Amino acid sequence: MNQETVMTCRNVNIFYGEKQAVFDVNLDILKNKVTAIIGPSGCGKSTLLRSLNRMNDFVPSFSMNGEINFDGRDVLKSDPMEVRTRIGMVFQKPNPFPKSIYNNIIWGPKIHGHKVNYDELVESSLRSAALWDEVKDRLHDSALDLSGGQQQRLCIARTVAMKPEVILMDEPCSALDPRSTIRIEDLINDLREEYSIAIVTHNMQQAARVSDYTAFFYEGELIEYGVTDGIFTNPKEKRTEDYITGRFG
Amino acid sequence: MIDKFKSRKRTEKIFRAACFGLTFFSVLILVVLLFHITMTGHKYLSWEFLTNWPSRFPHKAGIKAGIWGTIWLISITACISIPIGVLSALFLEEYKIRGKLGKVIEINVANLAGVPSIVYGLLGLTIFVRYCGFDRSLLSGAMTLSLLIMPVIIVSSREAIKAVPDAIRFGAYALGASKYQVVFGHVLPIALPGILTGVILALSRAIGETAPLIIIGALTYISYTPESVMDEFTVLPLQIYNWASRPNEEFHYLAAGGIIVLLAVMMSMNFIAVMIRQRASKKVKL
Ligand SMILES: Nc1ncnc2c1ncn2[C@@H]1O[C@H](COP(=O)(O)OP(=O)(O)OP(=O)(O)O)[C@@H](O)[C@H]1O
Ligand SMILES: [Mg+2]
Repeated sequence: MNQETVMTCRNVNIFYGEKQAVFDVNLDILKNKVTAIIGPSGCGKSTLLRSLNRMNDFVPSFSMNGEINFDGRDVLKSDPMEVRTRIGMVFQKPNPFPKSIYNNIIWGPKIHGHKVNYDELVESSLRSAALWDEVKDRLHDSALDLSGGQQQRLCIARTVAMKPEVILMDEPCSALDPRSTIRIEDLINDLREEYSIAIVTHNMQQAARVSDYTAFFYEGELIEYGVTDGIFTNPKEKRTEDYITGRFG
Repeated sequence: MIDKFKSRKRTEKIFRAACFGLTFFSVLILVVLLFHITMTGHKYLSWEFLTNWPSRFPHKAGIKAGIWGTIWLISITACISIPIGVLSALFLEEYKIRGKLGKVIEINVANLAGVPSIVYGLLGLTIFVRYCGFDRSLLSGAMTLSLLIMPVIIVSSREAIKAVPDAIRFGAYALGASKYQVVFGHVLPIALPGILTGVILALSRAIGETAPLIIIGALTYISYTPESVMDEFTVLPLQIYNWASRPNEEFHYLAAGGIIVLLAVMMSMNFIAVMIRQRASKKVKL
């Protein structure tokens, strides 16, 4: 793996109060690659993902140690707002703002005072989220009138509009129907050209389809990490094999 | 099986009838009341009634002073209580104070909403009228009423703020927003219709308040319109109270007339508020 890495986790331990949720994880997120994080429910996937952009700061009992390196600096010692500006996040359930489609997209750049042409930004963001053609005539309608799948793509567009370096996605398709899911998967495929992506998913086929690398977690530990093809065709660990063949999980 | 459904349907029917009956009953009471007031009060309802000063002679008496006093008093009260109340609610809800202190504040605010208004009158008399030396001015009255309705505004605004989904907050934070940007860019606009509802209810309570204003010494005989917040004043309910407590029957008709006007003012306020609410909710439909 002589790829360029954008984020490196070193000996990361995460706690909620007394309870440890993630144990001594070492994981690299590679540049312009899609890294899938898989594992049974409750194994700490979301916990780790949210730590990458400091979204766990909002959980009162949360604490962690170790190092998460991003662009030569420790995320834990950086300004959380700056971290979140550069590392975007798409949530499990689409959460568009109750504003127009247009305003959903420009809200982020606007609060950061990005000097750009908003019309162009809206178009390019919507295009890269494969939503432009569907909404170009109703940019000023409420985002809440969109379908669930469209809303999720809008959330991706909103994230892309910030021009982050990394995009984190926590089960972005779990609230969507199969067709919308396929669209988002295609979208992820395209986004990798410009962004580095980490995606949590419960869907094995999805991980196999969209990701370049796969990390398998079990009870808070990183069990196996490697090229997706390798993990799926030839897992080294018994537990990985059991999980991806559906023997537990 | 079928029997079960039948009995369920019957229960449903009975329940619906009961609900309808009770609704009808309360509306009926309201209608009777309104009818009675209109019958007694219409005699004096005229343009002169609205533009005359109070007088010893019933046919010459009017409520101009009361109307202007109420408008002034409620405007000042709104200017004081809305910003403080809403910001307090935002502070308590968004900048959560944890632990004991937070709990104590929470319980206290909730309890304050239930304190009898006359107690606030005494508080206002001691602090604003005497200690601060504002006398029996509009300012004293407005500050007293603000104390009275602020807990209501805080409690209802907090409910509205609590109802804003966390997913929205997290979505905004994930774009690198600061707390201030999240609160003023999303939470407040989304909570606004709910906040307005609470504010309207609180202000219409303030409009009808009499007791605390009597305590702080608002007058009933005023023959000028206020020009500054330091002027003495009267308000509609005080005027009504004064007339209703006189032995002369004619004054009771005047009181009824005043009640009609007071009701009209409250209803138009509510109407305006509902309009604002609807427009706001259209903008931030959720
Ligand atoms: N806010 C929280 N407070 C306390 N414990 C939490 C919190 N969030 C998660 N946990 C605990 O941490 C562990 C890991 O949870 P996490 O949400 O990361 O799992 P996950 O792998 O994302 O599961 P799923 O696939 O169901 O989303 C679980 O045991 C969970 O109970
Ligand atoms: Mg999860």
